[in-house]
Amino acid sequence: MSFRAFTAIIKRDVKMAMRSFGDGLTLVLFFIMIGVIIPFAVGPNKVLLATIAPGVVWMAAFLSSLLAIDRFFRADFEDGSLLAMRHASISLSTIAFAKLIALWLTTILPLIFATPMLAMMLNMDYELFFRTILSLLVGTPALIAFGGIGAAITVSLKRGGLIAPVLILPLSIPILIFGISAIKTNAGVGVENTAVLFLLGISMLAMVFAPFAIALALKLDQE
Amino acid sequence: MNIQLPPYKLKVNNLQIMRSSREILSDISFEVNFGEALLLRGANGVGKTSLLMALAGYLHIGQGLIDWQKPIKKDDERDVYEDMFFISHLHAMKENLSLRENLKFWAEVNGSDSAIDDNKIMEALEKAGLAHGADFDALLLSQGQKKRLSLARLLVSRKPIWLLDEPTAALDSEGDKWVASIIDAHLDAGGLIIAATHLDLEMKKNKRIKTIILGVDK
Repeated sequence: MSFRAFTAIIKRDVKMAMRSFGDGLTLVLFFIMIGVIIPFAVGPNKVLLATIAPGVVWMAAFLSSLLAIDRFFRADFEDGSLLAMRHASISLSTIAFAKLIALWLTTILPLIFATPMLAMMLNMDYELFFRTILSLLVGTPALIAFGGIGAAITVSLKRGGLIAPVLILPLSIPILIFGISAIKTNAGVGVENTAVLFLLGISMLAMVFAPFAIALALKLDQE
Repeated sequence: MNIQLPPYKLKVNNLQIMRSSREILSDISFEVNFGEALLLRGANGVGKTSLLMALAGYLHIGQGLIDWQKPIKKDDERDVYEDMFFISHLHAMKENLSLRENLKFWAEVNGSDSAIDDNKIMEALEKAGLAHGADFDALLLSQGQKKRLSLARLLVSRKPIWLLDEPTAALDSEGDKWVASIIDAHLDAGGLIIAATHLDLEMKKNKRIKTIILGVDK
């Protein structure tokens, strides 16, 4: 019974994202745009491009996710859905967890599918490309979880758009550091595998604890 | 009365509600039993919505006591708020989902004692007078129809406590009658209702309806 409520929330958010396809496409285009601009900005030095590629991909993913998180809870807050969800058959933190999963599916997954475009522009070889995908898959849940906390804290502010990114920036820096070390193959023997595990650890912890923080923040917002 | 719902009781004693360190209401006391409705009346801005929000657990209360007395049952760890509906002026419906999808979503989230199939959703839409547009996007609804859709949630999930904030706002006279009839049926089933409304509930057994007028000096 409760599981039905959990999946209903994921299904609804995914369905709505697919119907307002333009919003999702904006994110993906923004993500690709960063990859297109960089080769022009730093010059067509293939070795250099391949060196900075991991950083560029993570930066693009980070910035695109910032675009998405502001409207994460806003619609549900404004139309009263969040209030009504407090009387649901599952707790608000479970709902927050479902919404985090939906956010990952609707914003990050399309970016991962668009990564081959960036790989092409940034002259990545196969190994680098697959490590990038792995690093994004393992690291982005933490990005979304921290973003969700920022969005929940600022949802009741009319102009909270820029406050959430400032709040979550310090939290996101470790993810970027480990995310990039998980891709680089020349950092030292075994470093990248350790980084993947660290990233996985951060993501799992964040996904477990963020829903509680989000639920608490949303309850305070309603006052 | 044929009690089918968990019998709740509510006792409010000497309640004071503060919002943004301003006193909204003070010295409110009342009791409501299962099978009874309490109507809140009073001028605009007197604190009817704030009182409902406090009862729904959204607000920190200053002084006093809100005591939801649960029916005693072993191994029951349900939160009282789970057994409660709060129907506010915000309809909680998504404009790019159809009526059927919106209502089904809330049925699934709020839980239901029987399977949630299309028949059940359609039945509720029909009672709300919205069956002909079940597959339209909620975007196309008028204010009154949105209210009807919002109220249809009460029919697809059964919860004993209903907190209704102006349930008949924007409704036509047919709608008023419909709301009165679902309130009556809910009280018959042993539900508990607290409503801020100006609707005159004409009921056969009107001893079940209490009224308090807020904002009047005693």
